[in-house]
Order: sequence, then structure tokens, then C-alpha cells
Amino acid sequence: MSRFSAVVARDVRLALRQGGGSYWTLMFFILTVTLFPLGVGPDLALLSRIGSGVLWVVALLAALLSLDRLFQADYEDGSLELLALAPLPLELTVLAKVLAHWLTTGLPVTLLAPLMGAMLAIEPAAYPTLMVAMLLGTPVLSLVGSIGAALTVGIRRGGVLLSLLVMPLYVPALIFGALAVEATLEGLSPRPHLLLLGADLLVALALTPWGAAAALRLNLE
Amino acid sequence: MANLHWLANPGRFLRISNAVVPYLAGLTVVLLAYGLWRGLTAPHDATQGAPATIMYMHVPSAIMSMTVYGGMAVASAVALIWKHPLADIAAKSSALIGAGFTATCLISGSMWGRPTWGTYWAWDARLTSELVLFFVYLGYIAIWQAIEDPQRAGRAAAILALAGSVNLPIIHYSVEWWNTLHQPAGLLQGKTDPVLAVPLLTLLAAFFCFYVTVLLLRMEREIVGRKIRQLRLLQAQA
Amino acid sequence: MRWADSARVRRVVLQIHQMPDTFAATGLACIRGERIVFEHLDFEVAAGGALLLRGPNGAGKSTLLRLCAAFLQPAAGELTWNGRPIQADLDDHRNRLAWVGHLDAVKPAFTVEDNIAFWAALAPPRPMTLTPSEYLQPMGLAHLADLPAAYLSAGQRRRLNLSRLAVAAGSLWLLDEPTSSLDDASTNALMTMIEIHRDAGGMAVIATHQDLPLENARTLRIGAP
Repeated sequence: MSRFSAVVARDVRLALRQGGGSYWTLMFFILTVTLFPLGVGPDLALLSRIGSGVLWVVALLAALLSLDRLFQADYEDGSLELLALAPLPLELTVLAKVLAHWLTTGLPVTLLAPLMGAMLAIEPAAYPTLMVAMLLGTPVLSLVGSIGAALTVGIRRGGVLLSLLVMPLYVPALIFGALAVEATLEGLSPRPHLLLLGADLLVALALTPWGAAAALRLNLE
Repeated sequence: MANLHWLANPGRFLRISNAVVPYLAGLTVVLLAYGLWRGLTAPHDATQGAPATIMYMHVPSAIMSMTVYGGMAVASAVALIWKHPLADIAAKSSALIGAGFTATCLISGSMWGRPTWGTYWAWDARLTSELVLFFVYLGYIAIWQAIEDPQRAGRAAAILALAGSVNLPIIHYSVEWWNTLHQPAGLLQGKTDPVLAVPLLTLLAAFFCFYVTVLLLRMEREIVGRKIRQLRLLQAQA
Repeated sequence: MRWADSARVRRVVLQIHQMPDTFAATGLACIRGERIVFEHLDFEVAAGGALLLRGPNGAGKSTLLRLCAAFLQPAAGELTWNGRPIQADLDDHRNRLAWVGHLDAVKPAFTVEDNIAFWAALAPPRPMTLTPSEYLQPMGLAHLADLPAAYLSAGQRRRLNLSRLAVAAGSLWLLDEPTSSLDDASTNALMTMIEIHRDAGGMAVIATHQDLPLENARTLRIGAP
């Protein structure tokens, strides 16, 4: 367990250092959300209708943007070889790195969501649902993305390919997450959507570390 | 598995495949002709009229688009677990055909949609998950192109195909869930008239034979292509 | 004072093993990218032994090291530790390894000490471990412990990477061109580390272009006639 937390701590520190990318990802999230009203017009009624969808799509893009660094930096400087040889099983190393990725992108995005929601005129009553949904949904983005990141780790300019591979797999999280907020706004219970989102998270948690670790081993050959 | 190992010899595979392909191609043509004849001469659907005949393209290609993905996923699992050389090639050769069926399904669907729904594209649950399936196929093809060494590309693609096979049912379910909450369901849910069933099943069989024929041809091409690659590499080494 | 003269350091290094281990390859062949890199390769390294891999570029020295680290599997033949295939006990095999690839695995954002402390935290469990100043000493980096690694020169980064050898306390060192970008003094320091490791019963497999002044080292030529 101490090895696991050592990897988490290291990756979090690297992400928070200057140039680590965590701040840039958040800046991207804020800026892109700001662009939407500029694109569709300042009509608050329209914004509040599309607001939760916009937040989810931008959160998804922010996750994608930062995912190519998940293994790439360690691959390029040789750290990945050493991580693969360490006594910590590679599946757990993947999980630790995914956790660090989520702590430095998904979690801050979740915390920022109400603020951005206010800019998109989302009803404040929906904020708790929005945050719970993001709390459940953003880890799915990091987990599922780790497979794509691991598959494209050896490929030059693999970032675009990574998006291509991963985006279709993000559909369920996007749908359940946006529906939960929408249900709350319509005065319905978000519970079924949140439960489905939670189920999606459990499936991703159980399966993706295996896939990502297998892909990493392949790229270390 | 014994049969598979027996076929693992590429030379033997090429001989058998060469012998089988002409018959399969002939069968494809016969089934296609019969299915189309039965389909086009059948009485029109009372409510939808002539445009409904598009269904003879649409439904079999929709079924095939999923069948091919299933086959690809199984071949990928076989390639990963038993390292069977032909499984790899079969999965790779299936992808473009599957993407073709998916595209056919999408295009015929939107052509059908225009006269019936008044729009080329509707965010119908089936169309949407078919579209996502199309993207998954494209990703699978892209990763084959991105990695130079066929051995490594094959294993990376196999991992992706398996990840997709876990995800596709979830995607399909989520899209259906999303759709039923957004618009009344069942736009496409009509009763299937037995008059329609015969041509539909015949055409499905025709599409399947077409798939196997093209798959075998593409596999042959891939095997020969790899042999050429190896000869070139030997040349470079000498 | 030489590094290993400290009684404590000696105890830590010597804890490795007093066992007559052997690491061997029989009939090893490797295919990469549809190309046969080498075949029919045999070697044996006994406790305290060193094996130098020599050969022209592209002969497969690095590939052989990656086979030894079980990053990839041989197309034919096998690698054994005391007669048992390494594939049978991959975790055990990884725990006895210390790997220095041609990349330095140095994070510029961390200090020299933090860099190495991370790998120390991740290292296999050993009864005794060295302190940061003890493992930074042999490659002469102790005085730079608090410096961010971004300021290190290529040679210093290499030395930082090599300092991990003292941390891992593995019995089988796999080194890929360890002396590249090292000056003479650092090369000598590395040789001293390797000799101390060998005295303790450890072994080393080293891919190199240079003649390394190691006593009783066997040489395996790959690729060249």
C-alpha cells in the first residue's frame, strides 16, 4: 500500500509542478466553457437548457487533453520500465497513476463545476446532483482513458489517435451524467441515472487496469 | 482448437481458401438475386410504401455490422490468448468490412429516414449506437495504421477490440436509455410481416456469404503482403 | 574513505546473498519486428560474475538485456535462474533485478534526493536499506542532494540513474551502456560499485561499446563474426 501511495504522491506532485499540466487543464476547462455563451449567444434560457451538457462535454475534452501525459512522460524518460519492474503489480501502478490523474483533473473540474454552472445559468438547485454526477463520472473518464493512453504510449503524436480511440467509449458516462442533471432540473429523481453512472464506474474500475497494464507491457517490449 | 491449429499453417489456409472462394462468391450472387427479387416483388408495406424497401439493405447490414464486430472480438481474444497467427489477420481483415456494413446501415437508414420521418438524421437510439459503433471501427483501423510492426499492432488492436466489446453493450444500453427519455420510443418497432421475413433472411444470408468471401480474399492478401514484407526485410539484412 | 569501507554500507551490500546463484541462457533466439535479431545464444553467469555484451549497433545487445529483464519473451530457448525458467517466477525475478536502461528516468521537477527516494520507496523489501546520503555517495552526488534535477548535466543525470543500483540491492544488475556520457572518474566509481557488488556475490550483465576494466569479466559477442 505504501508503494501505491508513493506512486500517487509522485504523480500528483509532478502534475502540480510548473509545466505539469494540471493548471493548464483547468484553464482549458474554464476557457472552453466561457466560449460557449460567446458562440450560442447570451440567451440565459438557452444556456441553462444546454448548460449541463456543455459542462460534461468540456470536462470530457479536458480529461482527453491531459490523458496523453498519463504514461507518455514516464515512457519517454525510461521511468515506465522501472515502474514495470517494481514489486507493485503493473495493474496497481496503473490504478495509482489514474487516481493521481483524477485528483489533478477530474476532482478540480468537479469542484469548479458549480462556478461554471453559474456562468451557464444552470439552476443552483441542480448543483448537488451535478457535483455527485461528476464525482462518479470523471473517474470513468480517467479509467477508460488509461487504456487509450497505454495503447498509444509509443506512438508519436498519439494524442489525436488517443481521442479517436477513447471518445466513443465515453458515451455512457456522458449520457448518464448529463441525464442526472437534467432530471433534477425537471423535478425528477436523478437516482437511477446516478446509479447507472456508479455501475459504469465499477465496471471501469474492475476492467480497465488489466487492459491498460497489458497495453503497457506490450509497449515495453 | 485442433481444427484451428491445423489451419494455422498459412500455406494450407491459402489452398483451402482459394478453393472455397469461387463457390462462396457464387452463393452470394444467387442469394442476393433471390432475396432482392422476393423483396422487390413483395407487396409494399401499407403505411410506409415504397421507401420501406430500403429495409432490405438496412436491416441485414445493421445485423452484419454487429456480427462482424463480434467475430472480430472473438478473433482478437483468440489472437491474444493462443497467439494464433490467423486470428490476428482475420480480425484485421474484418474491420474494414464491418465498417462498410456500418456505413451502409447508416446511409440506408438516413435515406429511409427522409421519406418516413421527414429528416435525414434522427437521434434514434439504434442510429446513434450504430454511429458510435462506426467510430469504434474507425479507431480500430487507425491503431493498425499507427503501429508499424504487425505483431505489436495486432496485440494493441486486439486489446482495443476487447475493450470495445465490453463497452459496446453498455453504450447501446445507455443510448437506448437516453433516447427513451428524450423522445417516444419505437419509431422503428413495427410487426414483421412473414412476407418480408423470407427476403430479409435470404438477404441476411447473402450479406453473410459476402462477408466471408471478402474476408477470405482480404486475409489472403494480408498473408501474401506479410510474406513480401518479410522477404524485403531479409533482403535488407543480407 | 571509500564508499564500501563504512561497515554499515558493507552490511547492506553484503545482505544480497551468499548463495551460489547462476543465471543462464540456453539456445536463446529473439525475433523483433519480423526480424531475427539473434539465435542460438548461450551464456552463463555465476555468482560474482560479470558478462560484457559486445557487438556492433543493432546486433541486439539491448534486446538481450530486455529479454533478461523479461520485458519480452524469447522466440526460442530460455533464461534460467538456478536452473528454473525465469518465466516461472516472474515476480521473484523482477525483485532480484536492478535495471539501468539507456534512458535515465530522471524527473527534472524533483530534487536529486527526491528522484532517488521515490525509487527507494518502490524498491523490493530488504531487511536493511541505505539512507539517501549513503546511496548518493558512490556516484559522487551527495553534495547535490537538494538541487533540482533540471540543473544536472547529462553525465550527472546518468550518475543519478546509476545511484539507483545501490538502492535496489538486487543481485542481478542489467546495465545498458552504463558508461555513456560518464567521465573517467565516474566510470571508475561505477567500476568500483560493480566490483563491490560482485564481491558480495552479485552478478552483472553489461552491454557496452567500451573495454571496461572489470576483473574476470566474460565477454559475449553478438552479431559480429
